[in-house]
Amino acid sequence: MSLPNPAELIRQMALDLTASLSKRGIVEPRFIGIRTGGVWVAQALLEAMSSQSPLGTLDVSFYRDDFSQNGLHPQVRPSELPFEIEGQHLVLIDDVLMSGRTIRAALNELFDYGRPASVTLVCLLDLDAGELPISPDVVGATLSLELDERVKLSGPTPLTLELQDLSTASAAL
Amino acid sequence: MTPLDAKRPLQLNHQGQLRHFLSLDGLPRELLTEILDTADSFLEVGARAVKKVPLLRGKTVCNVFFENSTRTRTTFELAAQRLSADVITLNVSTSSTSKGETLFDTLRNLEAMAADMFVVRHGDSGAAHFIAEHVCPEVAIINGGDGRHAHPTQGMLDMLTIRRHKGSFENLSVAIVGDILHSRVARSNMIALKALGCPDIRVVAPKTLLPIGVEQYGVKVYTDLAEGLKDVDVVIMLRLQRERMQGGLLPSEGEFYRLFGLTTARLAGAKPDAIVMHPGPINRGVEIESAVADGAHSVILNQVTYGIAIRMAVMSMAMSGQTAQRQFEQENAQ
Repeated sequence: MSLPNPAELIRQMALDLTASLSKRGIVEPRFIGIRTGGVWVAQALLEAMSSQSPLGTLDVSFYRDDFSQNGLHPQVRPSELPFEIEGQHLVLIDDVLMSGRTIRAALNELFDYGRPASVTLVCLLDLDAGELPISPDVVGATLSLELDERVKLSGPTPLTLELQDLSTASAAL
Repeated sequence: MTPLDAKRPLQLNHQGQLRHFLSLDGLPRELLTEILDTADSFLEVGARAVKKVPLLRGKTVCNVFFENSTRTRTTFELAAQRLSADVITLNVSTSSTSKGETLFDTLRNLEAMAADMFVVRHGDSGAAHFIAEHVCPEVAIINGGDGRHAHPTQGMLDMLTIRRHKGSFENLSVAIVGDILHSRVARSNMIALKALGCPDIRVVAPKTLLPIGVEQYGVKVYTDLAEGLKDVDVVIMLRLQRERMQGGLLPSEGEFYRLFGLTTARLAGAKPDAIVMHPGPINRGVEIESAVADGAHSVILNQVTYGIAIRMAVMSMAMSGQTAQRQFEQENAQ
């Protein structure tokens, strides 16, 4: 399977997001990327939209639902939100949407900062494996993978996508 | 006798992650740095409107204090609560032990209440270590101070304080001043500073308050305060432990203050941007002058804030490592 070029996806996503925000009358959205891949996508997206808005970064390690299975992520870093959350229209950006659990954790974390007016979800790729009722408002591409396949984003410049096969490359993960 | 944790990695699981937190002795620099990094993230949580994360939801943390403490107990309670754990605190000195129950039985009862973590403070050196090894191996044990041996969370919160104010440890001169002999804080600090690469660690005290062989920790010994403070970046004052003082180690508190008390004039010998730390509770006019304790160089209250973040980091890391260890053992048993 050939993977799409992230730069091309982001160009289209910038147009879709601008249209989606203006349709809903949102003039000053707050952009938040989920560490690490989501931050890269967010930076590229802001550049494609020629936006000077500050970018918040979210580290959802403390909010994950798999602590009992996987423990604490050793490279946890502080979340940095250089703006108010209360009453704001948020644009939440991630790289790959798979189970939806990261987004659930991110929403839980955001609500601990305040009550946003709305949250728009933007993802580079939707793997359509939703284990939770979460789907993106703006998406670069939707892919269907085999059970053992994963997609990995590398970045920040250039952004590249790579297909991984867990059945053969499990040692590398 | 001082237990030697370094000889046996009791506090690490099969993957080298923390599963108990008993002593800093023998812990690698990478692990200490990971604790500091994790604590930095928890500091950010403490600055939010909602100062709570769901990490330890459904876990039970039991603070078992065989020795009185206000600051350590309350910051451990707050840390556990901010991790969403259920917390109970037992002041054992005032309950069952006075009815004749042994340490062993007390803890087995708590274990039967399905506690996932014990924070233990005890007057005897090695108590936390003993519990982790012989009493409750399934429970994550955090040492909240044991006798004269160790106070590892205090040691790490002091390291976080230094790193946040000085950036790193590579070029620092740090003086630890006062009652080194009775101080588990001093021991934990010497070990941590050494492990993190601090090149100039000094202990400053009258000879009667220095443990025999303190040089083994890789520190320089000074018995004159002015010499010991010269051009240091960090001054860690220790509390004069009046309750542990027996048999003429000091002529008088007045004399101690005159020779080893930190005053504005004495502090002038340190670097102009030196920071002053103290584990608390401070004895004003015994080891430190009020003008210094409340002055611009003092970071004593910041230490309390950092202490909560360090305890959150250690508790979540130990819970994570202990859970992994139990899963590993279960899989191996099958």
